[in-house]
Amino acid sequence: MSWQWFHRLGSPRWFYQKTSGWLPWLGAASLLLLAVGMAWGLGFAPQDSKQGNSYRIIYIHVPAAFLALAGYYIMAICGAVGLIWKMKLSFVVMRAAAPIGAALTFIALFTGAVWGKPTWGAYWVWDARITSMLILFFLYLGVMALSGAFAREQSGDKASALLALVGTVNIPIIYKSVDWWFTLHQPATLKLTQASTIDPSMFYPLITMIAGFYLFYAWVLILHTRSLVLQREWRTQWVRELLEKPAPAARA
Amino acid sequence: MHPARKQRLILVVLLVALSSVAVGFITYAMRSNMDYFYAPSAFVAGEVPFEKRIRAGGCVVPGSIVRDGDSLDVRFALTDGEAELEVVFNKILPDLFAEGEAAVVTGQLQQDGYVRADQVLAKHDESYTPPEVAETMVGKADCHGDAKI
Repeated sequence: MSWQWFHRLGSPRWFYQKTSGWLPWLGAASLLLLAVGMAWGLGFAPQDSKQGNSYRIIYIHVPAAFLALAGYYIMAICGAVGLIWKMKLSFVVMRAAAPIGAALTFIALFTGAVWGKPTWGAYWVWDARITSMLILFFLYLGVMALSGAFAREQSGDKASALLALVGTVNIPIIYKSVDWWFTLHQPATLKLTQASTIDPSMFYPLITMIAGFYLFYAWVLILHTRSLVLQREWRTQWVRELLEKPAPAARA
Repeated sequence: MHPARKQRLILVVLLVALSSVAVGFITYAMRSNMDYFYAPSAFVAGEVPFEKRIRAGGCVVPGSIVRDGDSLDVRFALTDGEAELEVVFNKILPDLFAEGEAAVVTGQLQQDGYVRADQVLAKHDESYTPPEVAETMVGKADCHGDAKI
């Protein structure tokens, strides 16, 4: 099997040039989906019979939590690819994913607390789901801190990739925590193998928001990766040429 | 694949596998300490220590909520379908606390066999329904899915 295509993927220059055409499309599609999902979920979906309007936090909370978990796998897999194939770009994507994932995890924790007070009667409980989510937040912060803690960039890449990989243990724990332990957090509403326990009128805006968050994540990750690529490669010929002629692509 | 890359791939897989095993052992070892959580039938069976901070949960028995006229004191019973447990609480109950809904209380078991709670939390289930749909399901929806509490 030839691995050449795979190595070409790892070229920062190739990535930078390839993605500049995608950005406006990704950005427009994600903002459109988010705007539609938000208006639909917050304005038009019916109230919940027990929680009233406070359930609407689901339209932010659930997509943010989804992406916080999926983004961790993206970060860890990029770390693994970087370690195994010594691919620079892969480490750059890993570094770019860490702050985005941390922000999403924070959004999930914060919206959960806001919802928990009226619904459960407490902002915070040390149950398995919430505690493992807090650990995820610390893992993201750890990867960010570790990747910047070394004078040599390559050492930071390696160390933070190892931390990211060890931390993947936490993801299935978060996912299954509501089934394995007694938690105040309810079990999953959206299920892969069975019917979801949410009314269709509430489900469609939710799935729109989830799709919007995925596209938004891809957009932000590519944007952040591109800026890190420029920072890392500023000494190279192609970046200099890019910066010297003020083409519209160079502003991104 | 290049032998050096293959070796690094094996190392990465081993790293993830070994750390999973380590975390698995730790959680297994801490299993008994994870939560002091008891079902009402455990209280009746005498498995619960007196005057120690514990958690209990179950379905609020319909018709069991008794409020004191002059204070916030409230009494209610929790059930897991087998036994009932009397709970006394003197703070404000959460919005979702209701008869037939799941609740989790933290408190101490008194010698008289009731729990004096310092925290009462309402547990929400995973279903979301608009009010019109819920009306058609009245009677069926009580504490569903919480039999495993």
